[in-house]
Amino acid sequence: MTALATSVPVHDDVDPAGPRRRPGRRTAWLPTAVLLIGAIYCLLPLAWVAAAASKSGSSLFTTFTFAPGGDLLANFREMSGYGGGVYWKWLLNSLLYAGVGGVLSAFVSGLSGYTLAKFRFPGRGVIFNVLLAGVLVPGVTLAIPQYLLLAEVGMTDTYWAVLLPNILSPYGIYLARIYAAAAVPDTVLEAARTDGASEGRIFGRVALPMMLPGLVTVFLFQFVAVWNNFLLPFVMLSDDDKFPVTVGLFTLLNQGQAAPALYSVVIIGVLISVIPLIALFLLLQRYWRLDLVSGSVKG
Amino acid sequence: MMRKKFGALLAVVLAAGLSAACTSDSGDADQGAQPGGKVELSFWAWAPNIDKTVDAWNAANPDIHVTLSKQAGGGDIVTKLLTAAKAGNPPDLAQVEYQSLPTLVSNDVLADIAEQAAPVKDKFAEGVWQQVTLGTDAVYAIPQDSGPMMFYYRADEFDRLGLTVPKTWDEFAQTARTVRQKAPKKYLTTFSANDPGWFTGLAQQAGASWWGINGETWNVSVNDAATKKVADYWGGLVAEGAIDKQPMYTPAWNKALNDGTLIAWPSAIWAPGVLAGNAAATKGKWAMAPMPQWAAGENKTGSWGGSSTGVTAAGKNKAAAVKFAAWMNADPAATALLIKESSIYPAARDAQSSPLLQEPPAFFANQKDFYTSAKAIAETASGFVWGPNVNVAYDTYKDAFGKAITGRTPFSGAVDTMQTATVADMQKNGFKVAS
Repeated sequence: MTALATSVPVHDDVDPAGPRRRPGRRTAWLPTAVLLIGAIYCLLPLAWVAAAASKSGSSLFTTFTFAPGGDLLANFREMSGYGGGVYWKWLLNSLLYAGVGGVLSAFVSGLSGYTLAKFRFPGRGVIFNVLLAGVLVPGVTLAIPQYLLLAEVGMTDTYWAVLLPNILSPYGIYLARIYAAAAVPDTVLEAARTDGASEGRIFGRVALPMMLPGLVTVFLFQFVAVWNNFLLPFVMLSDDDKFPVTVGLFTLLNQGQAAPALYSVVIIGVLISVIPLIALFLLLQRYWRLDLVSGSVKG
Repeated sequence: MMRKKFGALLAVVLAAGLSAACTSDSGDADQGAQPGGKVELSFWAWAPNIDKTVDAWNAANPDIHVTLSKQAGGGDIVTKLLTAAKAGNPPDLAQVEYQSLPTLVSNDVLADIAEQAAPVKDKFAEGVWQQVTLGTDAVYAIPQDSGPMMFYYRADEFDRLGLTVPKTWDEFAQTARTVRQKAPKKYLTTFSANDPGWFTGLAQQAGASWWGINGETWNVSVNDAATKKVADYWGGLVAEGAIDKQPMYTPAWNKALNDGTLIAWPSAIWAPGVLAGNAAATKGKWAMAPMPQWAAGENKTGSWGGSSTGVTAAGKNKAAAVKFAAWMNADPAATALLIKESSIYPAARDAQSSPLLQEPPAFFANQKDFYTSAKAIAETASGFVWGPNVNVAYDTYKDAFGKAITGRTPFSGAVDTMQTATVADMQKNGFKVAS
């Protein structure tokens, strides 16, 4: 089981060599068309958000769906000023939950994955199998038990309530283990041990840099997961100063049937909340391209 | 639509989690009196800008400090309150819709505040007060706002099409048909399978009584004659195509209100705020009238929405909490802020004649007597006893009426489905239900 899992090559999804054109090969129209349709499918909602964000509340439902309006700045000002600028607070909270949660999660995943891949100890198989089972459990079902557990120790409605459950990611550990098995050769570790380095130093100075591309992937996965997470913070937090963007915008949409939903404020809020994700992907994609080239497997 | 579906899903997830998790009895949350005699209270609410009212209280009462947490409204706050109460740390106070009170009471979330609330009882109309006592001697919340139902229509479109405001439901049906003849692209109004609160208000007007309690035994009659009459009346209009059948509170509905596809809306007192937000293009074109009646010369209406301020059983400072709740909902200074900042139509009698309500809402600037007639209509709202599982009845409403619309089956069948589901759920949860 474990042998099978470790032998899965991860190189495929990270494509170290980059695009290489084979001579005499024509453009493959069908895959291109399928990918284009996929891209349109994903980008159309974003285009809608961008167009709708520039419309005033009344033209939102009366004008052509994708025709932009002229009220982008007015909407922005309204959103910015709403509740004394509470939106920016939510955005900062989201950055905190996703950023700190992502980094901690990547580190914990890296450490656990490396340990599971490179050390033989009793219970290793059991631990890994339990983790694999954990990948199958949707996080949504854990939100309430986690809430009750944290309520037991009086930590609900704190930043920790959202951060702690996000640090341990079974999928991240699984990914890191496979990556460590593939990217960190035993010979390098043995060489380091022969040189007298401590295990902590080997992990920090040798293994971690080699695993970096994999950990960036874990970080991104976790960042996006936390950024988009709704139920956990919705259940954990009651103080609206600690809300992330998702929960905050939800409260603006759902103010009971007696108050209109604040569509324009919410839509521009959504548009702005997408920007950090795009920026993050643009910044971090070079790590994927470098990938194994930057590892010390060359020799 | 999206948000409602999501809300339902959320409720299911939360409920499943609750029943799966073990009970925790650690109720020693840290909301006790602080040294120096200062009391800290936490308050969950969703009304827009209600923080202004809370700020006013805090400025005037340095000994009792209230911290507001804005929450999502309606059913979402109820599921969240149930979860928090289960974990032993609910807030001291919460804004709760009237129909959710029995759910919270039967789960021991809310405290009986009859003693502390006695002084403000007379400030509220009897029908409103009945909603917070659940027909018992106990008092579970202080009424905040009420939602008497009224008939809203596009005065300009009615003029253009030569329509008169329907006084009875027969006339209403006739008007709906006339609209289809004269302007085939328009509908008088729509029947929404997505808004059980709206339908319940219509049924109340016809004299429906869905729940009643006699000692320990509940009487459940969601499918009583009055409700079936209302259901089949609307079902007939939908079947013959005299009215639209799209749900309310969707972008498509907003569009229809904006571009005049829908020219009337049986709604409640708070409708001006919704129309201003969702159909801004129609400002000044609407007018309000009493609801059409089931018999000529009658004068009745139902309620849609409205909420109260509940005090939780787990709170350490119930007396202080009731003091705040009573102030917020009955004190003229507080209700004035609620009217002005949160666009709430107050439940307290005196507040309904507040100087702030002398002027019509900006969206209805042409109707000078808006609030005077609103107050008269509010007096005709019938009382209603809510059962412990309104959420089940409401969810079944959405399913059953949605199916009846797409399957073109009689609406009274959907009402029967509601009755069956409601009774079955109550029996499953250990309530005695008279057969």
